[in-house]
Amino acid sequence: MDASYNLARWLTRNEHDAKDIVQEAYLREFKLFDGSHGTDARAWLKLKEKDKLARFEQSILPHLDAAYNLARWLTRNEHDAEDMVQEAYLRAFKFFNAFRGVDGRAWLLTIVRNTCYTWLQQNRAHEITTMFDEEIHSVDSDASNPATLALQSADQQILREALDELPVEFREVVVLRDLEGFSYKEIADIVNIPTGTVMSRLARARERLKQLLCNRGDLA
Amino acid sequence: MNCKDAQNLINGYVDGELDLVRNLEIEHHLQECALCSQGYKNHQVLRNGIKTGPFYFKAPVDLQRRIQLSLRKAAKAEAGPRVLPKWWLTIAAPMAAAAIVVLALVPFLRGPSADDLLAGEVISSHVRSLMATHLADVPSSDQHTVKPWFAGKLNFSPPVEDLARQGFPLIGGRLDYVDNRPVAALIYQRQKHFINLFIWPSGSDSDVGTKTVSRQGYNLFYWTKSGMTYWAASDLNNSELQEFVQLVQNQTSPTP
Repeated sequence: MDASYNLARWLTRNEHDAKDIVQEAYLREFKLFDGSHGTDARAWLKLKEKDKLARFEQSILPHLDAAYNLARWLTRNEHDAEDMVQEAYLRAFKFFNAFRGVDGRAWLLTIVRNTCYTWLQQNRAHEITTMFDEEIHSVDSDASNPATLALQSADQQILREALDELPVEFREVVVLRDLEGFSYKEIADIVNIPTGTVMSRLARARERLKQLLCNRGDLA
Repeated sequence: MNCKDAQNLINGYVDGELDLVRNLEIEHHLQECALCSQGYKNHQVLRNGIKTGPFYFKAPVDLQRRIQLSLRKAAKAEAGPRVLPKWWLTIAAPMAAAAIVVLALVPFLRGPSADDLLAGEVISSHVRSLMATHLADVPSSDQHTVKPWFAGKLNFSPPVEDLARQGFPLIGGRLDYVDNRPVAALIYQRQKHFINLFIWPSGSDSDVGTKTVSRQGYNLFYWTKSGMTYWAASDLNNSELQEFVQLVQNQTSPTP
């Protein structure tokens, strides 16, 4: 109050005017103060939400291709993949406040995967084969006499079909490893299995792919 | 390292996930064993085939736009009051019926809104009186000084009582302007808190019971008694202000 009176007094060079001006200034300030507080909670919340949306779009939205790619491989269908991705993004936004990690892609793909699995369980339960023999030792490789594998560009269609035919649990580790380049540890976190299981599933998946490719190659 | 070990670890080797010792061991074995070496080459061919093949599905162009739209909606729903869902349209008829009921209630709703405006005015006057050195035009704790002071300045005579003995000493009186008319403002004090009691003729004989409202941290009590409208405003807590209001209501005798 003293500071504002002092300023007003020097500017007006008059006691009476200075008092009036200080009073009016306080009244104005009070009105503004009042205005900002009347809407306080909601405005603050809106700001916060705006901020949340901005942060989300900056850190999670760029991984849209990764999300779609995984969903597309898991559902094996464009339309369902789009639905999965959209639903996963909404879920991710809802739980974004809980996201503390650095890797938004791994976090998002965990949600995409869970969304897809829920959908698979409801719509294609038969595709999820839970009876896996995870033992690496059971991998049946004809290592004693491996055929020479050589992929021509014409084989790409065969490879795509071979990938599509893999059980979903195998398919996802191949996609996460070879298409997304995640480490075993990151895949273990996304799929929620031990790291050793990631390696054994990859081994079995690749063995199957090689076999499928060899068979197709024979037919072709 | 034998062939079986090598087969078990070949995927880890291809993916660069082995520790240094194992890495060296398997490299050593691959140099010595033609079969395992062939198996390793097949692994590489397969891996490169997947990596370099056109197997990465890119998101359709409009998917991002659709997701951003739905995110905006979700953000809005989280921030603001819940937006009416779409099925609202299907129950438009009951809503219309409800609207008619609401319209019928409008006359009743108007009353409080006038009070709301007045409450804003009263708080403004209260705050203004505390801001500058203009709390009282007639600073006196003597009701016999304050009451006559209003004579000639107002066309009514407000009841003035000192409530010092009850813990609310009278500080003075002031002319103020509320509800588009000059009113009497009596100032009381309770410890560090000031109470402004605004009084003006109500314009009707009927009494109106006490109502209270809280705004911006101020408590307001207002009532109409014996042809006078009273508004008490203070930053005092609600119960103490209510105590003050009851004292005023019990003491003030009708003063025409």
